Amino acid sequence: MNLTLKIWRQKNAGAKGNFATYRMEDVSPKMSFLEMLDALNKKLVEEDKDPVAFDHDCREGICGSCGMYINGHPHGPVPAVTTCLLSMRYFSDGDTICVEPWRAKPFPVIKDLIVDRSAFDKIQIAGGYISVNAGAAPEANSIPAQKKNSDTAFDSSICIGCGACVAACKNASAMLFVSAKISQFALLPQGRIEAKDRVRAMVEMMDELGFGNCSNTGACEAECPKEIKLTNIARLNREYYKAY
Amino acid sequence: MNKILFSSLSKKFVMALAGLFLLLFLPLHLVINLMLLKSDPVPFNRAAHFMATFPVIKIIEIVLLFTILVHITWGIFLQIQNWLARPIGYAGGNKSETSFFSRFMIWTGASVLTFLVLHFFNFYFIKLGFVPGNPEDFYSVAHRLFKIPAYNYIYLICFALLGLHLFHAFSSAFQTLGLNHRKWTPVVNVVAWIYAIAIPAGFAFISLTLWLFR
Ligand code: SF4
Ligand code: FES
Repeated sequence: MNLTLKIWRQKNAGAKGNFATYRMEDVSPKMSFLEMLDALNKKLVEEDKDPVAFDHDCREGICGSCGMYINGHPHGPVPAVTTCLLSMRYFSDGDTICVEPWRAKPFPVIKDLIVDRSAFDKIQIAGGYISVNAGAAPEANSIPAQKKNSDTAFDSSICIGCGACVAACKNASAMLFVSAKISQFALLPQGRIEAKDRVRAMVEMMDELGFGNCSNTGACEAECPKEIKLTNIARLNREYYKAY
Repeated sequence: MNKILFSSLSKKFVMALAGLFLLLFLPLHLVINLMLLKSDPVPFNRAAHFMATFPVIKIIEIVLLFTILVHITWGIFLQIQNWLARPIGYAGGNKSETSFFSRFMIWTGASVLTFLVLHFFNFYFIKLGFVPGNPEDFYSVAHRLFKIPAYNYIYLICFALLGLHLFHAFSSAFQTLGLNHRKWTPVVNVVAWIYAIAIPAGFAFISLTLWLFR
């Protein structure tokens, strides 16, 4: 199929940036979105032009680095997939595809489609851990946990920190991410010990970094490639109130 | 201490609590207003007199005014922070599926505020003596106002917008307070829909009846 790509190009963090239009011919519907961009970049390099910078690593939906905003949706219009797993068969011949970086004050653009997501790392460093002695893995059954809780904790823990929730939210709020990181610990006995300090520190850091406030609009849940649920945000709220 | 009081979550908590308190007040106001439909002015004027003079209600009135103020101030403050969090928008638009009315809370809220200012000039300020008028006969004041077509237009539009505000507000407050539940959240959502339709419809019914049929 033949496509028209409108891609955000920006030399560096300080540069102004604008959209560039590229024609792509003979795109196979079997390609992933990133493979299609690879093909574009090959073409650009052959023409001695600057290739489009985009972030990627695992290309199997687990590292969370491939975020880009495609046709009005983070990770594109297909639910529950990351950009790397987005198949080109969801697009049709003649489509114009608009590709932009995440837009949020705490995620400044580094180059083209790459944004600096280290704000998430800062939130994690503030409290997203449990203090245990490193060494040999302890016996898994020595601390019993309710199955229902460990399952929910697991569902929260699959957040890959991609930032699509922030990108989708009209307020650029990081509540879904933070709530997933809080929930994965809050529901397990090991996480209860530092629960209060954790939630205070992570929320404080989230505010300090300039993320917006949650309006309970639900765009984050709709766009999260890992289907993290809004109920996590209600749990984050509860955990926060309990901490004071 | 400041960090606690002014954190994003605390502000939302206060917004939700204040909002829920205001939600309790609306049905009471509606019940009193329904007395406007009687041809006898005494019951309504007596109820208005009671609301204006009974000591316990006076205290609640102060709390209410304070609540309105807090809800408005924090609402605006949060909205500004939210706008600042995304200095550059998306060229491709934002097509994510969302709770529809949640996107316009600041604007539906602003229209309710506009109405509130008008309402204060028409009634509350008379009671406080800021504006001339007879506070013992709000029945006639209301009947006179509802005879003015422009007033009814504003009234109906503002209450329709209030309804849109309430659609999101009710269930959103529960989520913000962390009160979600597998069984009860769907019930809350249904109650929210009924409330958001019934309350504005009740006020609109009074406006239309007095305007067109009296
Ligand atoms: S909550 Fe979902 S959208 Fe947000 S960072 Fe985690 S995986 Fe990405
Ligand atoms: S490249 Fe790792 S999630 Fe897409």
